[in-house]
Amino acid sequence: MATFQLDINNTKLKVEVTEGTSLLWVLREHLGLTGTKYSCGIGQCGSCMVHIDNGPMRACLLQVENFAEGQKIKTIEGLSKNGDHPVQKAWIEAQAPQCGYCQSGQIMQAVALLDANPNPTTEEIKTHMNGILCRCGTYLRIIKAVELAAASQSKIEN
Amino acid sequence: MIAIPFQSRRKFLKNIGYISVGFSLLGACIGAEDPTIASRITYDGKLPGSIGRAKTVNAWIEILEDGNIRVLSGKVELGQGIRTAIQQVAAEELDMDLDKIQVHLAETGLTPNEGYTGASASIQNSAMSVRYAAAKARQELLLLASKKLNTPINDLLLFNGIVKSKLGNKSLTFAEILEGEQIDREVSIPVPIKNKAEHRYVGKSVPRTDIGEMVRGQAGYIQNLRFPGMVHARVVRPPGYESKLLTLDENGLMAEVPGVIKTVVKGSFVGVITEREHQAIKAEQYLKNHSEWTTSVPFPEKENLFTHIKEIANNPETVRNEGNVEAAIKGVETIKAKYTKPYIKHASLGPACGLAMFDGEVLHIWSHSQGIYPLREALATMLYMEAEKIHITAVPGAGCFGHSTADDAATDAALLALEYPNTHIRVQWSRHDEHSWDPYGPAMIVELEASLDENNKINSWKAEVWTDSHSTRPNKDAGTVLAARYLETPFTMKSRGYLGGGHRNADPYYKIPNMKLNAHYYEGPFRVSSLRSLGSFTNIFAVESLMDSLAEKAGQNPLDFRLRHLEDGRAIAVIHKVKELTASQNIAVDQGVGYAFMRYKNTDAYIAMAAKVAVDKVTGNIELIKMWAAVDVGEVINMDGITNQIEGGMIQAASWTLKEQVTFNTNEITGTDYLKYPILRFSEIPLVEVAIINRPNEAAYGVGEVSMPPTAAAIANAIYKACGKRVFDLPITPEKISDS
Repeated sequence: MATFQLDINNTKLKVEVTEGTSLLWVLREHLGLTGTKYSCGIGQCGSCMVHIDNGPMRACLLQVENFAEGQKIKTIEGLSKNGDHPVQKAWIEAQAPQCGYCQSGQIMQAVALLDANPNPTTEEIKTHMNGILCRCGTYLRIIKAVELAAASQSKIEN
Repeated sequence: MIAIPFQSRRKFLKNIGYISVGFSLLGACIGAEDPTIASRITYDGKLPGSIGRAKTVNAWIEILEDGNIRVLSGKVELGQGIRTAIQQVAAEELDMDLDKIQVHLAETGLTPNEGYTGASASIQNSAMSVRYAAAKARQELLLLASKKLNTPINDLLLFNGIVKSKLGNKSLTFAEILEGEQIDREVSIPVPIKNKAEHRYVGKSVPRTDIGEMVRGQAGYIQNLRFPGMVHARVVRPPGYESKLLTLDENGLMAEVPGVIKTVVKGSFVGVITEREHQAIKAEQYLKNHSEWTTSVPFPEKENLFTHIKEIANNPETVRNEGNVEAAIKGVETIKAKYTKPYIKHASLGPACGLAMFDGEVLHIWSHSQGIYPLREALATMLYMEAEKIHITAVPGAGCFGHSTADDAATDAALLALEYPNTHIRVQWSRHDEHSWDPYGPAMIVELEASLDENNKINSWKAEVWTDSHSTRPNKDAGTVLAARYLETPFTMKSRGYLGGGHRNADPYYKIPNMKLNAHYYEGPFRVSSLRSLGSFTNIFAVESLMDSLAEKAGQNPLDFRLRHLEDGRAIAVIHKVKELTASQNIAVDQGVGYAFMRYKNTDAYIAMAAKVAVDKVTGNIELIKMWAAVDVGEVINMDGITNQIEGGMIQAASWTLKEQVTFNTNEITGTDYLKYPILRFSEIPLVEVAIINRPNEAAYGVGEVSMPPTAAAIANAIYKACGKRVFDLPITPEKISDS
């Protein structure tokens, strides 16, 4: 066991875990941040997408010891205080989910896209979101939600 | 648990033309307007099957002290939006605001026993039971209030949890009317229900109330359920279905993996309990590496699968036989074709999870099972326990699209909890186990032969279907739950489950004078169970592919040809609708538009579908450009809920059609993750357009499975139009087009 200090959602948190433990289990089990989902555990589906220093990464592939040196980790719970991030609001407006299990990963990936490219084309959305799987088949509504979020953000800026 | 942000709720209420007035203001605030109370009509038709098992109002509807209503449903939420649909019908009949309706989903001993959540039957059964129970509750509340207020019923208003006199001088809350009692009257006909023309929730696109917590990452999936002091466990699955444990060397386990609490070995069932989840994964791996097992029975060669199926099938059973097919076929030119479909996985994004705690007397279980009462029967048999000592609470899981592994994870947890009492044990399945031990949708063969008469109308239809069981869901036969098969005294599955789903929709809904349907049941090499739409997916792929071949032979437009064989106005209407949707399409030389029609189970919802594809003749590459669906599910409960189900279903079925098959060699299943068993991704999805024909005065049918079956046929027909190649064997991959 070793102690690591993690910067998660702008809060410094100490965890005591074995080296090599994946960030996914640290988030879900040690810290109770269950918004980040386990699905494949081998980086194929994107359900565990989080942001490391604002870039999207799959938490299941990350070993905790490599992310304890001040890297800023953001999970779905840290996206907004009241669930009112433009992307979250757009998701509700589009009534995007069915079962919702993959949607945390979808939302984190979408937020990263809009941070880098506030007005993506449909093709750019598809390309950027391609690695995040949804079995319910809500892909079209997710695209619509990303477009709604882009539109609402540009309105705010204007 | 109100997740709709205030603004969007207000907007939605405004859109449907009704703004509710908070009932706490009413009565106290002089001048507040009463809502218009909708008229009632007498319903004296059939009551849903579920009412037969839970006859009284209070089995479905509870009046709470705080003015809210609690609806009890025996169904579970799996992303299909049943919770919202139930809220809508209850709020409608009781003239309540939606957010005053709580829905308590399946829990043994508390909610009605509604069997399984499946077969697109939750609307017909659960939501309709709630409708009549709520209507009966309203009638009873008015009757009791009339006596208490000494006011005739006609002079009373009932809304938002109160009954008041029209003069406004007297009122009672529901709780005051009942004085701590619940309504134990039987739900019986005749019952006054709201005039459907005056519905304010039902038939509208009511936003789901659970999406807010999903987007905040707070939704309560079984995988997120935590208890104080809870420990983790994993089960070491055998290398093959029939493998038995020979040796297990756990001597070095504690030294190698910290946090190990206990290893549980019961015959060939091996589980390990640890303090932390990460430790459970390590311990499972250790035990896997330190155990020896017998070799399982080899699988057939994949190339020989369909030959093997024919070899092991039983003699055929005639399911339907009208007219004289043999005589009708004689001397007439016929078309014969054989269609095949491989094993397909549920491939749920959420691997199974189950929790259990044995308190010394009662075994408590939390599961995303689709049938907690039947699961309780299986566990009672396996554990030699009284069913009443097993308490199961349904907790939502990820969409699973049929009977998958939820019951198996609950069974694992139950076995381990009995060995380590008074502690909550959480069993999380791995992706590898989920993909390997899932009961797949079975492989099928459909052979069709049909003939045209001198007027180019179908004269005879013969269908031969080879199918395994389409439901091995839990029941008192303990062999239905996986772990029971590996105990010291193993349970083998005695029944074959539900075979009938295999030939569903193989006899077309078209008017054909001579028709015969034979079913050849086989018990195949893989574990199988229900997958969304059961045999209909393969059967409609075959039926609607052949319909296009027959239309071509008759020299007719495929839609006109179908219309000539239909007499039911609702069937005709969905075909006209899809024709209208696709009328303005420009079709390039490498493109094609294909169509398919179905009435699900020949008794339920109607759907006509179209697909547009572009095919590269050289590479065989298929681009699925767009799909359309025209759907009639009778009375619409939630318009957007239905649209979402149809859209998602088309995309999932397109994935089955173009990509999916369980791969295996003689030793093992090889498609054990999302790379080896790919599913449709963003880059591959078509555009989708859905039109829904609402028929408020017809029965409400479920929609969950309706869009699956016509998808494969519409795509196959479109590919044929685009490049002249017809594919008979799913999935439709580029090799089959460039080679054939």
